[in-house]
Amino acid sequence: MTDTTTAPAKRKLSPRRRAQRIRLIQYALLVVIVVVAALAADWKAIGESFFAPDMIRTTLTQGIWSALFNTIIYTIGAFAFGMVAGTVLALMRLSSVGPYRWIASAYIEFFRGLPAIVVFLVFSLLPLAIPGLRIPLEPYGKVWLALGIVASAYLAETIRGGIQAVPKGQVEAARSLGMSAGQAMRKVVLPQAFRMMLPPLTNELILVIKDSSLVYIIGVGATNYELTKLGRELSNSNANVTPLVVAGFFYLIITLPLSVLVRRMEARAARAR
Amino acid sequence: MSEQRGEVLVQIQELHKSFGDNHVLRGIDFSVARGEVVCVIGPSGSGKSTLLRCINLLEVPEGGKVIVGGEEITDPDCDIDAARRHIGMVFQQFNLFPQQSALGNCTLAQETVLDLKPSQAEQIARDNLERVGLGDKIDEYPAKLSGGQQQRVAIARALSMEPELMLFDEPTSALDPELVGEVLTVMRKLAEDGMTMIVVTHEMAFAREVADRVVFMDGGVIVEEGPPSEVIVNPREDRTREFLHRVLDPTHVQPT
Repeated sequence: MTDTTTAPAKRKLSPRRRAQRIRLIQYALLVVIVVVAALAADWKAIGESFFAPDMIRTTLTQGIWSALFNTIIYTIGAFAFGMVAGTVLALMRLSSVGPYRWIASAYIEFFRGLPAIVVFLVFSLLPLAIPGLRIPLEPYGKVWLALGIVASAYLAETIRGGIQAVPKGQVEAARSLGMSAGQAMRKVVLPQAFRMMLPPLTNELILVIKDSSLVYIIGVGATNYELTKLGRELSNSNANVTPLVVAGFFYLIITLPLSVLVRRMEARAARAR
Repeated sequence: MSEQRGEVLVQIQELHKSFGDNHVLRGIDFSVARGEVVCVIGPSGSGKSTLLRCINLLEVPEGGKVIVGGEEITDPDCDIDAARRHIGMVFQQFNLFPQQSALGNCTLAQETVLDLKPSQAEQIARDNLERVGLGDKIDEYPAKLSGGQQQRVAIARALSMEPELMLFDEPTSALDPELVGEVLTVMRKLAEDGMTMIVVTHEMAFAREVADRVVFMDGGVIVEEGPPSEVIVNPREDRTREFLHRVLDPTHVQPT
């Protein structure tokens, strides 16, 4: 209808009118897609295989809570390990000692370039490769180590960036007060760096949570299943996808609040600037 | 600080410093007596900040000696961290620790470097914050303070280490004009209390009134030095006269 009234002045359509029309087309397209999808979908089948009420009940009563707990424990341990190792690696990369820099760079490039699943497969074969190998705190030690090794490579780069983002004047002020290089790093640089790094670090934490779904590859007993493995087992034995969907939602229970938290922190950091 | 006023505290001999091809310091010789206030003036790029930063080895000179309180700072085996405890420094950009309150800024180094007990460090910090007129701001964080207040906290932070020598690197150059006075007043009081001070500054009024001696640098060398009544009021050298003309009468400068 607007077409006919504006047709004579088509070439002189104002930017505002043009934007209006483009937006209208976009909305119309969206409505069409949604309607077609809704008509084409077999809602009954979808409901039965993805959201079967009895399967939801089964999942909620058969170990999902301990799986949630395990996912969280795996993540916390791996993230803690990754933070410590990542800080050491970051400091090595910034070291004045050449070999430290090379070793750290090699480690970081290697484990960042490698799919995490390869690291987990290697860990699953370790007992075969090295008979008698014992990693303490079974099975947590192995999981923390495997997840942490991968996480530390990413975290090291984030931490290095944070350290380098602290203004040079801060180190000069600390050193001019008589602090050693190490004291200046611990007391002045790192506290500021970690504060600046909170948003990216929280993102890394979310990545570790998701990577913990690969833990099943290492092989753990039924009591140590995390969310993905549990969902998969229940889905397989019941020939229904619902348990995996439920497990998926449980990830969101952990990650969504974290995402909100990151956004809050970023907004606060932006305001402080 | 029981030593007599007049004894040499800082001695600089034949100091050279380059940044790449840029030969910033080309043989600086000068000394500062205990209790003396020396203002270093000169055009930008003349090497005056670099000279100051060589005195506590924030810049490492390629040649020459810096001796502070009888200890050769430029000796590679000198315990520079220990030496710096006696040399306070105030920066153009304040460089306060943003995650610490005014009090925390003043206690941090006392506790980590001097191993003072928190209660002791806090008492010293409070005294020094009072001294710079910020007794009512001790719990404020730097972001909440004006530039002038931040610079005064930075002075209190340096004083909390009870230095023998204070270095000021253009302490008022980053301040809005109306905030310059409060910082200069604090520095003047410090000078009156007998602190040995080396001040790189563009504040000619301060240099004229407070300095015992003014050093004019240009092109990496000391061109002229002497009491302010000579160097600022009656300069001998053409380069000094030219510089002072540009600074003191900036609306009548011939563009070059």
